[in-house]
Amino acid sequence: MSSPFARLIVPALLPIVLILAWWYTSEGGSSIFFPPLSQIQERFQELWLFALVPEHVVPSLQSILWGLWISIVLGVGLGVLLGLNGYVATAVNPVLQFLRYLPAVALLPLAIQLIGIGQEMRVTIIVLGALWPILLNTIDGVRGISPGLIDVARSNRLRNFDWIFRVVIPSASPQIFAGIRASLAVSVILMFASELLGASRGIGYFILEAQRQFSLPEMWSGMILLGIIGYALNVVLMAIEYFALAWHRKARI
Amino acid sequence: MVAVLLVIWQITASVGQLGAVPTPVEVARALLAIFASGAVWEPLGTTLAGWAISLVLAVVVGIVVGFPLGTSRLAYRLSVFTLDFLRTIPALVLVPLVVLLYGSGLESTILLAFLGAVWAVIMQTIYGARDVDPTALQTFMSFRVRRWDTVKFLLVPTALPYIATGVRLAAAICVLVTISAQVVIPAGGLGEQILTAQLGGAVPSMYAYIFLCGALGVGANAAFGKLEGRALAWHPSHRKVSA
Amino acid sequence: MQATKTPVLEAVNISKSYGEKQVLADVSFSAGEGEFVCIVGPSGTGKTTLLRTLSALGTANSGEVRVNGMAITRPPAEVSVVFQDYSRSLMPWMRVGKNIELPLRRYKLSPAERTTRVTEALRDVGLEHAKDLYPWEMSGGMQQRVAIARSLAYRPQVLIMDEPFASVDAQTRADLEDLMLDIRARLGVTIVLVTHDIEEAVYLGDKVIVLSGRPASVSATVDVPLGRTRDQISTKSRPDYLELRAKIHAMIMQSPSSVSG
Ligand SMILES: Nc1ncnc2c1ncn2[C@@H]1O[C@H](COP(=O)(O)OP(=O)(O)O)[C@@H](O)[C@H]1O
Ligand SMILES: [Mg+2]
Repeated sequence: MSSPFARLIVPALLPIVLILAWWYTSEGGSSIFFPPLSQIQERFQELWLFALVPEHVVPSLQSILWGLWISIVLGVGLGVLLGLNGYVATAVNPVLQFLRYLPAVALLPLAIQLIGIGQEMRVTIIVLGALWPILLNTIDGVRGISPGLIDVARSNRLRNFDWIFRVVIPSASPQIFAGIRASLAVSVILMFASELLGASRGIGYFILEAQRQFSLPEMWSGMILLGIIGYALNVVLMAIEYFALAWHRKARI
Repeated sequence: MVAVLLVIWQITASVGQLGAVPTPVEVARALLAIFASGAVWEPLGTTLAGWAISLVLAVVVGIVVGFPLGTSRLAYRLSVFTLDFLRTIPALVLVPLVVLLYGSGLESTILLAFLGAVWAVIMQTIYGARDVDPTALQTFMSFRVRRWDTVKFLLVPTALPYIATGVRLAAAICVLVTISAQVVIPAGGLGEQILTAQLGGAVPSMYAYIFLCGALGVGANAAFGKLEGRALAWHPSHRKVSA
Repeated sequence: MQATKTPVLEAVNISKSYGEKQVLADVSFSAGEGEFVCIVGPSGTGKTTLLRTLSALGTANSGEVRVNGMAITRPPAEVSVVFQDYSRSLMPWMRVGKNIELPLRRYKLSPAERTTRVTEALRDVGLEHAKDLYPWEMSGGMQQRVAIARSLAYRPQVLIMDEPFASVDAQTRADLEDLMLDIRARLGVTIVLVTHDIEEAVYLGDKVIVLSGRPASVSATVDVPLGRTRDQISTKSRPDYLELRAKIHAMIMQSPSSVSG
């Protein structure tokens, strides 16, 4: 079973079958909600390769990447601070748990009220959702640092800078990456939701407009694009993680 | 610490440093008011109903789909990539379509939350079913234990802790998607109340509803975390958490 | 052997309790420049506790540790520690060279000087070519050599080692023991090595400090007049070596409350 055939072809079979099934069942279908896949594909090529990319894809990606980046910087920074000060971390834990399980979309009306409906609002709302998984995972990772490494660092009198950037953060990086992965998913959702409620550009806005105008092939092409973008971002992140954490994977074998 | 933060919030807000943000006392008053007037019950009920129904659906379907995929290697290989792709698609993406199909009622939020949460249960069930100890399985087979007994005494006990993790994740996802969908569609429940309060300028009650949403999220996670803890307690196997 | 000068490292009446339980009672000893001091005692006597105090990683309830005559309260630059658990004392995300360089970063050294130090330290432990390996690509013995190199790279006066060879195989252990003798001879560092292995203590030490009792105190300080050059085979078959070994063994066995385990 571990032949290249099994490893590559078998997993690809089901998607192919599903797409073909979609293609043929939708072809003669009568439901206006499920337009023929061929039509969606045509529309997809017209719109997204690459006519509307600057107008709608770029702003959406910008929101996600800015939001995620700010979340990483804040989350890792605060996480290290709190993780190294265990008492403070324990004290603020209830607040952090609350914020983590508060659906960030629920904060959208609030963000709109306070900031308006610009790009800053969308980045802010993404940070408000994506920060917590990174922050909490960083705290966990930092608190889980092995006492042996703490002794090594102290007896070698490492500078604080080296201690944090060369020992603490790398040691917590497996958890940090797990947090970033969760945050990426949250970011995509919040980008979309915030564009539904307040935007004049972006993939979410495009999908909503298409829906309002009952242009179903356009709407579907947008949804598929969003699915692909979400998956692609995930793959990119996993690739980064794969290289950054090579030591972690190999050190365990 | 929570108290300290609240006090800081109270002071800065009442001095007017936070712009349009109300003080915690005002928010608490609004919270009391929506309970006292009974205005909270209907949206809370809608949200809880949407959450519970979608969770039950996700768990049942997730287990029913996950088990066969986990016990057969071929089925696992066939589906792993597809599952991986599908579960990265946020359920909320389907909002525009679901609204066209089912309108802005309970069905829509249930469908969306179900679609958001079912993957977690499927994946955890697969992990659980795949974790069955091959030696134990061979032992069972060499003693020619009946198929059903193998399922009952080997498969289910092994998979249960994983499924419990899946249920906890699903419970959290269902809260998240239900409330999110209620905000963006808007589709009733606590989510829509946040939006309504904002549009109506009732800022303290907006905060009160947001607070309730957070409490719901924390509560669901804590309750199902306990359940998970129990499932893990009598089965000291390591688990894989996927989300 | 060289008692006249101020000892490099000196423990004065160290007592330490964990809560109600007293582990060390009035432990005193000293190590002169270039001296190889071995501390023996059965597992659980408090050897690690003593070493943590010596390196100021832990604090004593009373007594003090002096380095070149000065009482210390924080890990001093003159002292470096090699830990027992090498797999957890090297950073798995850094190559060997970076691991060794890490403690050097606080000193104002030119990059060239830093590289030289790393190269020299690796040569001192016989791992010239391992600079670009990751710790987890190496055997346990090699990892412990890297840990030793990391300690040597910033040129401490005293090397403190906590059962450094407890988790490597016998052959590697013998090699590492000879490496330590060689390092002491070439670099003149003072070495304080803790072990539960009497044979190892007598083979390596100029002086063996026997720790026993509950709470532990120094039950004897035994000079080892075997000279500075030693050899795994000839030294270990010398009658005076065997005699010392038996004597220390008897001391530990006799001590009233030594329950080894
Ligand atoms: N952090 C600690 N808290 C409480 N007791 C400890 C701690 N560290 C060590 N001990 C106890 O002190 C005694 C000596 O431990 P240790 O110094 O590790 O001995 P050794 O290194 O000689 O094996 C043991 O009985 C151990 O259980
Ligand atoms: Mg010890």
